[in-house]
Amino acid sequence: MKKLSNPKELEKLRKTIQNRRDPNKPVVTICGGTGCQASGCEHIIETFKKEIIKQSLQEKIDVRITGCHGFCEKGPLVVIYPSKIFYPMVKSKDVSRIISETVVNNKVIEELLYVDPSSGERITYEDDIPFYKKQTRTIFGSNGKIDPKNIEDYIAISGYSALEKVLPSMKPQDVIDEVKKSGLRGRGGGGFRTGQKWESCSKAKGKQKYIICNADEGDPGAYMDRSILEGNSHSVIEGMILGAFAIDSNHGYIYVRAEYPLAVKHFSIALNQARKLGLLGKNILNSGFDFDIKIYQGGGAFVCGESSALIQSIEGNVGEPRAKHIHATERGLWDCPTVINNVETWANIPLIINKGAKWYASIGTEKSKGTKIFSLVGKINNTGLVEVPMGMTIKEIVFDIGGGIPNDKEFKAIQTGGPSGGCIPRSLMDMPIDFDELKRAGSMMGSGGMIVMDEDTCMVDVARYFMEFNLDESCGKCSSCREGNARMLEILEDICVGKGNENSIPLLEELSEYIKETSLCGLGKTAPNPVLTTLKYFKDEYLSHIQKKECPAKVCKPLIFYEINSEDCTGCGMCAKKCPVNAITGEKKKPHTIDKDICTKCGTCIATCKFNAIQVKTGEKK
Amino acid sequence: MKIDVSHAKKIIQRYRKKKGILIPLLQDIQAIYGYVPEETVGLISKELSIYPVDIYGVTTFYTQFHLMPQGKHTIKVCQGTACHVMGGKGILNCISDKLGIKDGETTEDGRFSLERVACLGCCGMAPVVVVDEDFHGNCNFQKIDYLLNQYKSKKEES
Repeated sequence: MKKLSNPKELEKLRKTIQNRRDPNKPVVTICGGTGCQASGCEHIIETFKKEIIKQSLQEKIDVRITGCHGFCEKGPLVVIYPSKIFYPMVKSKDVSRIISETVVNNKVIEELLYVDPSSGERITYEDDIPFYKKQTRTIFGSNGKIDPKNIEDYIAISGYSALEKVLPSMKPQDVIDEVKKSGLRGRGGGGFRTGQKWESCSKAKGKQKYIICNADEGDPGAYMDRSILEGNSHSVIEGMILGAFAIDSNHGYIYVRAEYPLAVKHFSIALNQARKLGLLGKNILNSGFDFDIKIYQGGGAFVCGESSALIQSIEGNVGEPRAKHIHATERGLWDCPTVINNVETWANIPLIINKGAKWYASIGTEKSKGTKIFSLVGKINNTGLVEVPMGMTIKEIVFDIGGGIPNDKEFKAIQTGGPSGGCIPRSLMDMPIDFDELKRAGSMMGSGGMIVMDEDTCMVDVARYFMEFNLDESCGKCSSCREGNARMLEILEDICVGKGNENSIPLLEELSEYIKETSLCGLGKTAPNPVLTTLKYFKDEYLSHIQKKECPAKVCKPLIFYEINSEDCTGCGMCAKKCPVNAITGEKKKPHTIDKDICTKCGTCIATCKFNAIQVKTGEKK
Repeated sequence: MKIDVSHAKKIIQRYRKKKGILIPLLQDIQAIYGYVPEETVGLISKELSIYPVDIYGVTTFYTQFHLMPQGKHTIKVCQGTACHVMGGKGILNCISDKLGIKDGETTEDGRFSLERVACLGCCGMAPVVVVDEDFHGNCNFQKIDYLLNQYKSKKEES
């Protein structure tokens, strides 16, 4: 690949790539995201490659390993182009048929198609599946079309055309104005206006300025940044170059979690390719503008997702946040003006430049513009990543896209905003989702995790879980967060084991206020949110635990017990055989019983019983 | 057990006179030894004029670093929200019972280390367990049995 010396050469290269590619040549695209890897896509890829050679079709068929399509639950995913026929959960035994029938003869193999669980209908094309149909995949859509390890794929779908547009004809302030007009707000959590952030950094005095991409995606339950980095690193790189141009910075960093090895690998490949083409480095496309990006791997601390802690970490220190009266835009990394935005925010930038601020601002609600990627996970039929316009209601996301709750259970709540967010109950299902509505409900956008909970989820246990998380991840700098979270966890643990009393709830509320008021960073200030929202919307569950010593969702172990229903038990003896503590006894072919004093409620018997004879009960043991 | 510090010396040379190097340096050291041996802490301190307290501060703050040798296989059990809702805690307890160790510990035979992690970003297939580099989704008790046996026999093969 030759280094490009001006924007025209980039346009020429794009044309050459597009012309070289025959749109009618069959391409087998296989999702290579981490989700599909866990479902064994690597083996499927190998099988496709071998089979193509076996059928001597190397010249006629291309194989492309793409990034995450979002429908992780149904992996490994295969889409055949140009027909766009979609096969989920592909097995290696089907590969030879897919090639000879679908790829070569364009014939749909009915039994391999996706079956819509609600209608039972077989669906041929990816776009027609309810999970995708209601989405607006402006950022995430390219993931399924390109090989993240091949810059030509990105260039072919108009990649780096925003850069091509900006460098010769726009001034830095024009870029800032465009981003401001678009109304883009940071996708990492707080929802601060990106354009304003850039403007204040651009005005700040300093010889050196820095651009940072925050890829320390730590919110449990959110993984869109990982999928963007793994599937389309170039969109983030392009966004960062544009941001650097806007604020006049020559040095960029990306801070990636150590838990994301594939993202690091794909991003480094992308960086090297961009450098080779002259899209990064000195004098980019002969504009006189220099910029390059370094990768920095985090050490596994949740608090480092907080901007000032992240800066501390890049400087090689313990990641403790600092007071925010000095903004990073004035004194950030090495005390220089710094812009930090998260992965998804950066990926939005090329889109805004290419399609214009007006177009971008036409999507979404009054104060939250554009689309947002959510990770729809937990107790839901269609789990995966979904990209929707801001303002879509919870109901639409959970039922229309997510396909509702499995096993005919009842939808109870949705948790957003990670450990800083809260649980929104079923009664607010018609609420449109944007930054401000979520805040009003006591939760927040966070990075976009959406964990769906059903009737079997105990809300006190969820609050306890988040408190445990916050305590684990508290950096320890502020005593209110370090000690306060610990005390709150103790109270919640007491409630979960049936030791709560009438003081428990008032004490939780009082502590929450103190922690919110007196912690330094955003994480401490929001740590009590999961407790406060569950108290607000699910107080009756707390009261059941405290007053009746019952766990209505049958989750808290000390408040539940197991019983065998003698009508359903066939006496097969499998549970007795598997029970690790020998709590189950009974004669062969006669109903068995569980000794509740020995039983540890480990769940092995429930997993073993084929007749659903083991019941979980709460309250007084008979 | 004595360790060979010559590798560490070479790594330290690479970082001399650069700023903000402590974390990447320790990452490189851990990549060689599997943990951050005490001897290397002294060495870094002497060679780069960093106080040992700052080095220990960083190694104990970031969960990635270990100060003790790790097992042959590292089992990471995800405790993210999606995994929690789908029964991730039960999976952690189950592995913990079967191996007879708590999270953060290593089995006596040095075969397995057990870790709990906040979120692995595979929420679509919760609950998730990662053994070394391999992701295993939709875990249940039976799958855990199978997994542990598989890695036990892997050890015997080698």
